[in-house]
Amino acid sequence: MYEPSLGEQFESLERQSTALRFGMWVFLASELLLFSGLFALYAAYRGEYGQEFTQALHTNTVAYGTANMYVLLTSSFCVALAVRDIRRGAQRMAASWLLVSAALGIAFLVIKAIEYGVHIHEGALPGPYYRFAEAQTLGGNRFYTLYWVTTGAHALHVTGGIGVLLWTALHTLQGRYTPEDHARFENATLYWHFVDVMWIFIWPIYYLA
Amino acid sequence: MTLPLPKAPAPQAPQCNERISGPAPAPDYLHAERGVMSWLNTRDHKRIGLMFYVAVLAFFFLGGLFALLFRLELLTPNRTIMDAPTYNRLFTWHGIVMVWLFLIPSIPNVFGNFILPIQIGARDLAFPKLNLVSFYVYIAGAAIVLCGLVAGGTDTGWTFYTPYSESTPMSLFPVVFGVFVLGISSILTGLNFIATVHMLRAKGMHWRRMPLFVWSIYATSIILVLASPVLGLSVMLVGIDHVFHLGIFDPASGGDPVLFQHLFWFYSHPAVYIMILPAMGVMSEVVPTFAHRQPASYSAIAFSSLGIAFIGFLTWGHHMFVAGISTLDAGIFGILSMFVAIFSAIKVFTWTATLYKGEIVFNTPLLYFFGFLFLFIFGGMTGVAVATQSLDVHWHDTYFVVAHFHFIMVGGSVTAFFAAAHYWFPKMFGRMYSERVGLLSATAVFIGFVLTFTPQFLLGNAGMPRRYYSYPAEFQWLHVLATGGAFLIGGASLLALCNLLVSLRTGPAAGPNPWDSRSFEWLTASPPPKHNFPETPVFDRSAYAYELSEEESHVRAFPG
Repeated sequence: MYEPSLGEQFESLERQSTALRFGMWVFLASELLLFSGLFALYAAYRGEYGQEFTQALHTNTVAYGTANMYVLLTSSFCVALAVRDIRRGAQRMAASWLLVSAALGIAFLVIKAIEYGVHIHEGALPGPYYRFAEAQTLGGNRFYTLYWVTTGAHALHVTGGIGVLLWTALHTLQGRYTPEDHARFENATLYWHFVDVMWIFIWPIYYLA
Repeated sequence: MTLPLPKAPAPQAPQCNERISGPAPAPDYLHAERGVMSWLNTRDHKRIGLMFYVAVLAFFFLGGLFALLFRLELLTPNRTIMDAPTYNRLFTWHGIVMVWLFLIPSIPNVFGNFILPIQIGARDLAFPKLNLVSFYVYIAGAAIVLCGLVAGGTDTGWTFYTPYSESTPMSLFPVVFGVFVLGISSILTGLNFIATVHMLRAKGMHWRRMPLFVWSIYATSIILVLASPVLGLSVMLVGIDHVFHLGIFDPASGGDPVLFQHLFWFYSHPAVYIMILPAMGVMSEVVPTFAHRQPASYSAIAFSSLGIAFIGFLTWGHHMFVAGISTLDAGIFGILSMFVAIFSAIKVFTWTATLYKGEIVFNTPLLYFFGFLFLFIFGGMTGVAVATQSLDVHWHDTYFVVAHFHFIMVGGSVTAFFAAAHYWFPKMFGRMYSERVGLLSATAVFIGFVLTFTPQFLLGNAGMPRRYYSYPAEFQWLHVLATGGAFLIGGASLLALCNLLVSLRTGPAAGPNPWDSRSFEWLTASPPPKHNFPETPVFDRSAYAYELSEEESHVRAFPG
């Protein structure tokens, strides 16, 4: 068993947990600004290219994006169950839910890879490699360039998130998290929720309208 | 670490020692553990601050060296010592090294790291391991940037403006990737400071009692956390464009180069306040200490820091008056920019009013403050001028702008960095520096500075564009003056550094509170023990309680 890891700068475990959660929220604010830059680019180019841009948007396959939306939402639900379990001390259950979430994260990446494969096949590639017959416009080029950059950045975050979930699951199985001391566990799940929430924004603006 | 550590400090006056450290004084942080690994693997915010200190000083002198080299080139209207591409590389390297490797991390990562936890009565930062990670991420980022500089260098200027930056034949990617990595370090440090200020204030340290330096580092951290990711993103996109030619900002494939300017300045304008807010924080500590008087208005200084942090996010468009933004937008951005001057003026008047009827002790940090005050007012007022559309169109991209921002960044931030280096030297190393050499170097820095950059106002106003390799012969005397001044700054900085380095070994023992300050970092021993205070303080007074005797002010922080 691990002793509760109280840093010597904190007066109580409770304070330390609050600090850890607070730190995570600050970090997520920073991450949010990273994606905001990408969303700002989207808004600017959509405003600039209007019709051409939306035309290209409607050539995107809704099924892939929607399937991935459900996959990530389900995984978010699983990490929420994991938090419930760690709070009542069910460490094995909590770790299992994290592993299920990580597996769903991998499923997301697999679906994304298949979708990328289709794009590559159709020539819906960024910048000078763009040869997509269905939307042979500058606006279409802009749309797919941003699509690759944004979903690419998001996929990197998903990959990182999977790593965090696996790492946390390992630590959970080693018994590092208890009902009293599991702020790091919750932080991992918070990060996963963030990755999910970003997709909730990417999905409508790149697939639906 | 090759830092020449001071020898264990000479025994201090016994009554002093007993009062400060209790019966069995803990070893100070420099001697608490030994060996290289105890430094490289430390969690102690003071040691990490010191490691940052060594790194940023090295980059300060490297960036300065680049400046001296291209100032030499500018001595004559045409070729002097180097060809034009080398000149382009040098001013780019100077900007990149100075902005990202020195100015941004300088005061927060060195003095913020060292002083902030002590000032709020904490034993360390909230996340000590993350603090160490931030240091190594910084070193990694710096190494990547330097690799880029060595592998051909880049010639875009530190602003990486598109579309040129996407097609420059030089190596751009490592530089922007390094800047991205440095941004991660900034975010981690800012996050740590914010969490520390929220979570680790000792008992009695409520928000309105926080030392003003803490307020300014807190405001800076908010900018670091919220603006760095946007910068990291935009320069990475330029880097990706440069390698893969996606044309995200390239008009040839439908991209919009002005968008890059928007994203870039959304960070880089607030970044100016990352550089100046900590400087203001240092001065807000120096002035009360050497005037032995509480600040004329605590809240005016504290809240104007937050005001600058907030309004700084809404002013970026003033860099783009000639980039095709509408007259209305330009007018709005101009007016918002002038708000910064209001907040800055509040600070300037409050510092000055603090000096009024104070018991002024004229030491090196205070001399730096006077230099700072003059340069900052001058730089700030020209800032209001360039925020005015009609004037800016004339001055845009000329030496006038170069002079303006050097007055703020160098005249403001660098003098504050030196002020902090002298002011907190006794606390950090337990020894005093030579006051005479300190005053001499401060004077020389100031004179060198005025000599370097005042001619550049004249050059810019006469129409000399920035970053040009050659110029008409009638501008030469102004360039000669500027080059001479630059060498004076370089020499004076070296003198200041030598003074401090020599004093590490030979300076007299400082004692816990050599300046007779009431700020909280002076309550503990110099250098402080590993966990800052022998017992956790409980604050029952402000950090500027100069109406109390030293004895009494001590009791009201350590009631036990």
